[in-house]
Amino acid sequence: MQSVGVLALQGSFSEHLTKLAQLTEVLPVAVKTAADLEQVDRLILPGGESTAISRLLQRTGLSELLKRRVKEGLPVWGTCAGLILLAKNIVGEQPHLGVMDITVRRNAYGSQLNSFSCRQLLPALGTEPLPLVFIRAPWIERVGEQTEILGEYAGHIIAARQGKLLATSFHPELTDSDAVYRYFLQL
Amino acid sequence: MTDRQILNRNLAQMLKGGVIMDVTNAQEAEIAEAAGAVAVMALERVPSDIRRDGGVARMSDPKLIKEIKSAVSIPVMAKVRIGHIVEAEILEALGIDYIDESEVLTPADDLYHLDKHAFKSPFVCGARNLGEALRRIGEGAAMIRTKGEAGTGNVVEAVRHMRTMMGQIRLLQNLPREEWMSFAKEQGAPYELVAEVAAGGRLPVVNFAAGGIATPADAALMMKLGSEGVFVGSGIFRSGDPAKRAKAIVLATSYYNDPKIVAEVSEDLGEAMSGIDIKTIPAEQTFAERGW
Repeated sequence: MQSVGVLALQGSFSEHLTKLAQLTEVLPVAVKTAADLEQVDRLILPGGESTAISRLLQRTGLSELLKRRVKEGLPVWGTCAGLILLAKNIVGEQPHLGVMDITVRRNAYGSQLNSFSCRQLLPALGTEPLPLVFIRAPWIERVGEQTEILGEYAGHIIAARQGKLLATSFHPELTDSDAVYRYFLQL
Repeated sequence: MTDRQILNRNLAQMLKGGVIMDVTNAQEAEIAEAAGAVAVMALERVPSDIRRDGGVARMSDPKLIKEIKSAVSIPVMAKVRIGHIVEAEILEALGIDYIDESEVLTPADDLYHLDKHAFKSPFVCGARNLGEALRRIGEGAAMIRTKGEAGTGNVVEAVRHMRTMMGQIRLLQNLPREEWMSFAKEQGAPYELVAEVAAGGRLPVVNFAAGGIATPADAALMMKLGSEGVFVGSGIFRSGDPAKRAKAIVLATSYYNDPKIVAEVSEDLGEAMSGIDIKTIPAEQTFAERGW
């Protein structure tokens, strides 16, 4: 049994916790404090508003602790806002945690009117086409040498991995697929 | 349900645990974003000013909405009058992220709310009880906020509406199936949505609290009562130190279950907006009574 934390400050954390509860051998943990963060074996940074979550991480001091744990090898998966938090470079903005060698464009597809969903096969993440939900989503413009591209949609990178860090610009927590969860749990 | 309706409900899910702040210009919008707001509501006047000035309150000038949109990266919402189809079409044409069909503005139609299914943009609507919430969802609202009484700085109506809504959900969950139809009839709510709430134990869309939240403690209280986030209108930019109060309300909303943090952020915030006793407002001047 491994404990998998979900940063529970703002955003779609309850959706992630519900998905984790459906998996075997996983103890879902809502992470709100330093003590919570110290004890988890893995961590998911959920969807939400990256500026809001980043401010909360800074004001609570969780930001520094999280960076330290990433350095020590904690597997972390960021979905949408979580991907933005992980990125080393954000077009036109200062980075937040800045731990993953990717360059991200926020709201890359436009406003809510441009949010969309689709199904696409991402061979690195599973053999079945995955339901992909993009809500005011970012995309990854470039990845560093150590970063592996896991998926593209319409010419833009939507999933990447660097060591034990995983980033997806879409929201598996809003779908009935657990493929990306299973991928993350074996990182 | 169409993909568009699901995506619009999904955006509200991304706002959960957050604070949506009323702003009247680009500078306030930047303060709100820096404080950690998950979205801003672009308005010409905050509700307390609308209440003071009287007259007809309408959709804001598109120029103001555009300025606020270009000032921030978080979602921007704006209000239309109840039933005003063309104001809603204008906001959709501006590419607004969320439309609030709001009782704070003077209703344009005294019988019918908007057919929100006819739009691509998502809508949030106010409600005082479960029946009103389910009627709005039936019309296509992708998010609900309890109404409270906007512009009063008095949380009592927000509490009453949230307790009413959550109490009715708890009651419905415990009703045997044969009583659902009568419940739907009494509440004036679509039967299919009543059945959905009975089975799921929650509204089919995200539910925030609004109307009278003025302090970090107010925000935390609404979260404790079951709200999934808060709208703060006049409470921030009609207080002594808006930036500090905005930050404090953001933290109190995330950490509503941690009294130590709520205590810490409540310290030395300067003057809160002055409040109004609801009993002193003539019935015809309450905003919450608008909507059908």
